[in-house]
Amino acid sequence: MRTSYLLFLFALILHGITLQAEEKNENTDVNGCLKCHSHQTITFTNTLTKHEDKRLMNPFYILDKDHFAKGVHAKFKCIDCHSSEYEQYPHKAELKLEPLNTCLDCHGGDVKYASFQFEKIDEEFQKSIHFKKIGESFTCSKCHNQHYYQAKSRNSAIVSDIVLFSNEMCMSCHSNNTKFQLLSDKLKPALAQIHDWLPNQELHFKNVRCIECHTQLVDSLAVSHNILPKEKALKNCEECHSKNSMLEASLYKYKNLQSRNQEGKLNTIISNKSYVIGAYQNTWLQRISFIILALVLLGIGFHVIARIMKKLI
Amino acid sequence: MKESENKIYFYPIWIRIWHGLNAIGILVLIYTGITMYYSNRGFQLMDFQLAINMHNITGIMVGLSYLIFSIGNLRTTNHKHYKVKRIGMFEKVLKQSQYYMVGMFNNQHPPFPLSEKRKFNPLQKLIYSIIMYVFMPGLIITGIGLLFPELIIENVYHLSGIFLTALLHASLGFLVSIFLIIHLYVASIGKHPLENFKSILNGYHDPNKH
Repeated sequence: MRTSYLLFLFALILHGITLQAEEKNENTDVNGCLKCHSHQTITFTNTLTKHEDKRLMNPFYILDKDHFAKGVHAKFKCIDCHSSEYEQYPHKAELKLEPLNTCLDCHGGDVKYASFQFEKIDEEFQKSIHFKKIGESFTCSKCHNQHYYQAKSRNSAIVSDIVLFSNEMCMSCHSNNTKFQLLSDKLKPALAQIHDWLPNQELHFKNVRCIECHTQLVDSLAVSHNILPKEKALKNCEECHSKNSMLEASLYKYKNLQSRNQEGKLNTIISNKSYVIGAYQNTWLQRISFIILALVLLGIGFHVIARIMKKLI
Repeated sequence: MKESENKIYFYPIWIRIWHGLNAIGILVLIYTGITMYYSNRGFQLMDFQLAINMHNITGIMVGLSYLIFSIGNLRTTNHKHYKVKRIGMFEKVLKQSQYYMVGMFNNQHPPFPLSEKRKFNPLQKLIYSIIMYVFMPGLIITGIGLLFPELIIENVYHLSGIFLTALLHASLGFLVSIFLIIHLYVASIGKHPLENFKSILNGYHDPNKH
């Protein structure tokens, strides 16, 4: 009896140790890489001089830990996407040439992600100017940074957040010559000048996404991925500034926006949507104004009749 | 000739210029304003972009003409005609309203006949003062805000500042439109429906014809 009790205790302790080790193993995975890849400098033993060397990290290989922790792939280990050989240090130079997994390698055909419609997104993307001009090398990650990507347009209750996140994707290349020239021989476009025709430019840039005018709307997709050539971009104010505003089908489409906001429907509608001239047509205000107008015209009508009657009599 | 002797020079040239500019401006503002507010993708009263530009330019023009009015009012005695005496105001306004509704059909004389000293009857005084000293400044201030949205407070509690400003601007605009309809109609009340319209063009008013 005593032996079995001891054995049970031993097994329990062993199980505890294994669990701890597993947890530690998981922790060391991302953090192991981030020990170097989240810092500006790297310290290592120089095998030639046998000295401790402190060098600057390549800025393109530095990850923002906090930003990463908020992203959709926060729970991933680095080697889920990168080669497991990266676990060795110094890394082999040729590892950089290894093709990385694409989004569709994991997300394509996966029932769990069916609602995201990755295949439809790919189909739409292939019609886009990005694909037509650049081809396969224009990967999803050119816009959607895998390390930091957040499903903002699905999960954020604040429209301005959705707009900022979306526009930063476009701006990461279109207002950055280094990244722009990764795919083009030209210099980045002069955005403020090109959009000179747009009244209140700053306000528009802050409150609507670039894709509102620069994509072909597809009803079945949450976010349209068919980026149009610049000559086909919308330049017609009424598309948004009207009773049947296109924004209702794009930026304000997310039906769960209201339910996600705990402050109630009215607050969400008024505070979360920007005031769009022409698109805000309050039925009650319209009714009241029509009633006032009708009463005034009716009053005038009676007065005119009375004046005519007086003249006749 | 006898008739013209009775005429009083009622509206000096600066008032007529201001009134004319204001009238044209406000008509344009109402039409373009309605185009913007009731914008519909299937049907537009006029090109949206053109409506915006015209509304902005005309808005600035009407704002400047309001400045002419304010300077003129300060430098001449014109402001006196807008002065509403609080004591007995309600009774006077009621008396004038009763004249328009009943009295004028019973051949009664206007209770407050117009003269060089009294250019507006009490009802006119009250309404014109509200329009010129409350609604117009309100429209101009909210209009400047909407022209330069960066000036507007972003959020007032949970409401967007721009939303509130636009709502106030549109509501005041609507009330001025209602005033315009009534103003035009009341102007037709007189011996001859066109008499007052002639007066505001040539400046002369004939009290006997009113």
